[in-house]
Amino acid sequence: MSDARENGDRNKQQANEAALSARLQRLKEGLGQARNAARSPESPGADRAATASGYAKGFRLSSELVAGVVVGAGIGWLIDRWLAISPWGLIVFLLLGFAAGVLNVMRSAGLVAGTALDESTRQSRDR
Amino acid sequence: MQVDPIHQFEIKDLWRIGSLAGHQIAFTNSALYMFIIVGAVSALLIGATAPRAVVPGRLQSIAEMSYEFVADTLRSSAGAEGMKFFPFVFTLFMFVLFANLIGLIPYSFTVTSQLIITVTLSLLVFFIVVGYGFWRNGLHFLNLFVPKGVPKIILPGIVVIEVLSFLSRPVSHSVRLFANMLAGHITLQVFAGFIIMLAGAGILGWFGAALPFIMVVLLTALELLVAFLQAYVFAILTCIYLNDAIHPGH
Repeated sequence: MSDARENGDRNKQQANEAALSARLQRLKEGLGQARNAARSPESPGADRAATASGYAKGFRLSSELVAGVVVGAGIGWLIDRWLAISPWGLIVFLLLGFAAGVLNVMRSAGLVAGTALDESTRQSRDR
Repeated sequence: MQVDPIHQFEIKDLWRIGSLAGHQIAFTNSALYMFIIVGAVSALLIGATAPRAVVPGRLQSIAEMSYEFVADTLRSSAGAEGMKFFPFVFTLFMFVLFANLIGLIPYSFTVTSQLIITVTLSLLVFFIVVGYGFWRNGLHFLNLFVPKGVPKIILPGIVVIEVLSFLSRPVSHSVRLFANMLAGHITLQVFAGFIIMLAGAGILGWFGAALPFIMVVLLTALELLVAFLQAYVFAILTCIYLNDAIHPGH
């Protein structure tokens, strides 16, 4: 008799667990839908955000280019000082810094594979 | 009447604490405003979430929205694993946001218009990315500088350019925030100065002063937008950089 009751208990427990996991699954789906809906570009205010992000993007691209050139020049200048090969370090690293700046710009504009593009591709794969 | 647009960025010593290695250590207005920012953020978040209501009130929904916003940004750019950096990114975002917003109040001091502050923040991000990248991936972290599918002959040049590009990150990261705040506040001050100059020129000047006044109103709205935008940009770039530390070798 006790066996039967134990079995019944176990069955009830299993049923409970199944119900619980079903509910969790439903919750998860609901959350995923809500998140995707929030991410979709059709949300209100997207237009204003687009103008604002245009301004931010312009500033971002210009500062990326300048940063590359400045860092290249700085490293070139330091190398010149340490190795006393002025002006070759500055010349070479200024050019390399310019290349790095252009790479930064292309990367943050999403034109070349790198951080910015990877992020967007991974996002679409996740979705 | 002359208006000095740079005057607002002056650092003043409020009281001297002492000297360390020949340098004066003082409690400055900048430090005071940083304390105000931290106090305001803490008061908002702790005070707003204290009721723990299931249906949030106004303040609590502000706190929940800021959480959701940063969490979504971090999750979408650094993946679920990036969430372990949530406290860091959230703190950065709220600090920069409140620094920008409090700086918009007339006669207040804008902490983020000081280059040293933004450089400190971006170097913090930079060193966390480098440190965590090496700690988690070991030398695989260096794969970040070796793009795939590049011919062997030009690879050394590409690697040097990639390293330079990586080193230029804290520069652009910090200068962007600093320059935006500095330029915005100088523009505001210059246009406000036009109002005073024109108004001092007599009755005709009063009409003329209406133009820069409208401009200042519009600029203030724009600055409010920039304050949010730059805090967001600072946070999302932090997320993207952290993503490199977590998943290098793309």
